Amino acid sequence: MNLKPETLLRIDEAITHYPVKRSATLPLLHLIQEDIGHIPDEAIEWVAAKLELQPINVYEVVTFYPMFKRKPIGRRHIKVCRTLSCALMGGYKVCDTFKKEFGVELDEVTPDGGTTIEFVECLASCGTAPVVMIDDDLHENVTPEKARELAAQIKAGTAVRK
Amino acid sequence: MSAPQQRRIIFQHIDEPGYTPDIDCYLRHGGYEILRRAVTRPPGELRDEVKQSGLRGRGGAGFPAGVKWSLVDRKSGKPIYLIVNADESEPGTFKDRYIIHQDPHQLIEGTMISCFANDVKQAYIYIRGEMPHGARLLERAIAEARAKNFVGPNILGTGYSCEIYVHRGAGAYICGEETGLIESLEGKRANPRIKPPYFPAVLGLYQCPTIVNNVETLCHVRHIIDMGGVEYAKIGTPNNTGTRIFGVSGHVQRPGTYEYECGKITLGQLLYDVCGGPLPGRKLKAVIPGGSSAKVLRFGEKFTLKNKDGSTRELAMEDIPLDFDTLAACGTMGGSGGLIVMDDSVNMVEALANINAFYSHESCGQCTPCREGSLWMKKITSRMVHGNARREDAALLKGVADQIPGRTICAMGEGCSWPTQSFLAKFGEEFEAYHETKKNRPADALPLI
Ligand SMILES: Cc1cc2nc3c(=O)[nH]c(=O)nc-3n(C[C@H](O)[C@H](O)[C@H](O)COP(=O)(O)O)c2cc1C
Ligand code: SF4
Ligand code: FES
Repeated sequence: MNLKPETLLRIDEAITHYPVKRSATLPLLHLIQEDIGHIPDEAIEWVAAKLELQPINVYEVVTFYPMFKRKPIGRRHIKVCRTLSCALMGGYKVCDTFKKEFGVELDEVTPDGGTTIEFVECLASCGTAPVVMIDDDLHENVTPEKARELAAQIKAGTAVRK
Repeated sequence: MSAPQQRRIIFQHIDEPGYTPDIDCYLRHGGYEILRRAVTRPPGELRDEVKQSGLRGRGGAGFPAGVKWSLVDRKSGKPIYLIVNADESEPGTFKDRYIIHQDPHQLIEGTMISCFANDVKQAYIYIRGEMPHGARLLERAIAEARAKNFVGPNILGTGYSCEIYVHRGAGAYICGEETGLIESLEGKRANPRIKPPYFPAVLGLYQCPTIVNNVETLCHVRHIIDMGGVEYAKIGTPNNTGTRIFGVSGHVQRPGTYEYECGKITLGQLLYDVCGGPLPGRKLKAVIPGGSSAKVLRFGEKFTLKNKDGSTRELAMEDIPLDFDTLAACGTMGGSGGLIVMDDSVNMVEALANINAFYSHESCGQCTPCREGSLWMKKITSRMVHGNARREDAALLKGVADQIPGRTICAMGEGCSWPTQSFLAKFGEEFEAYHETKKNRPADALPLI
């Protein structure tokens, strides 16, 4: 596991926020996942050693919180809201549109390693339903047409990276 | 009767053109003046103001904030912590998002006043993981406030010091429950703690006295200290003071957030006059008034309520004033202020199956009734939707739901069973007749599950 020097600095800073080191578990896991994309076994052991815990203490946290991924996911991460307000406004259709556009099922990675689609629970933006998060950005009032446009933008971006 | 005017106290600057989340903008609008005045007063006096204001928590339970603060163990000699609950995870709730993204300094000022009033030296803002921009905005706002000496050591030269840090969750609903939140902040699974003995006011974060308040609640504190508790209590209605932000989502013409004096607007006024009523060609059928765990209300329903003198009065569903007490008397709750509206296109079995899928996904799994009950409610409602209902399923569903409340560690036990109980009580015929409705439904009907 090769963390960027900047990640290491931010990790040391995060630990100072708490009187008890164990509290830094979530912040450290976030920083590592932002850096390397997921939480492999060695990250669990590394965090445990850093915070003077047993690996099981970190493992049980990683497996409890849906945002932490044990395996690599796509570089682009689409989260469609599944919950009631979004569903009432067409969230399931939006999710299907994304699945069709990328030709994958939920939680898979597109063959080019580019994209993963996840159907998640309420994103706290129910008044502008249906909503979708793409990486860190929220997209509101997403119709199937808008979903197709967003998919096209993502595909164009992935093509540029190649 | 048309709807009253909005009274925007907390949302005064939300969506205002030119209003930005940086400290310069906030200072131009009188920001941190109230903190400046607050730190010259004895902390006990500030706590009394909050008590007199009658402010009730905006996170869900509506517990009076002043009373919560008075329960804090101040004699233990341990540090007192304050946690801002910015988890905003109850489906249908989307108000704190706008405060965090558009007016973060209002929250920081309210938090610092509350910290000073309670002799808190360390506060945490627990923000849900799915708001990364919000977390960065809050971090930047705290850094700006620290640079101007509103946060950090020796605040405004008073000798009082207090830090705030932002702590991000990672996608688990149960982190909104205050003791689950505390466990999560300690770096563990968010398994709620049993009360007693783990009342946060006595045994909270690191087993120290801890205050957990919702984002909106702490913003109100700023305005209470500004106008005085007695003046604030004149806003709204008795025992339901101040303003409330209502987040309306689902099948209305103008969904969104609206701030009104508590109890001064009725459900009908909000949904028809303010939100424009149903979509063209539709009729309103049901509304969940306070986040998805609140019991559903059916349009056309009437309630018989007790008056103080023992007589009774009849109240139509549309005429319910949106406060804490009347909604509770009607068998539901104001909860988090999030209203989810459903029109006559919605099949209630499918809507409930959607809700049940949420709760079964989010149970922390500690208590058998909640873990197994939420799972079975999901299984039964989804097999109904997918055409595999059994004749006895409606009765079975009720049996499962009735065995959960009162038998669990945290209030999610109630929260996950109330939707099933109320949908069955009010729309039972749709559950009984589900085979037929399913057959009659157009193939292109919007899927909810
Ligand atoms: C299952 C569950 C989820 C909750 N989620 C939230 C939440 O997302 N945000 C919140 O402020 N309160 C939530 N609460 C309520 C908190 O436990 C707590 O009562 C509240 O933060 C107290 O703040 P207040 O008194 O200012 O309302 C939840 C409660 C339960 C039982
Ligand atoms: S009621 Fe449910 S969420 Fe709450 S502690 Fe028990 S299992 Fe966990
Ligand atoms: S239901 Fe989708 S954001 Fe709340």
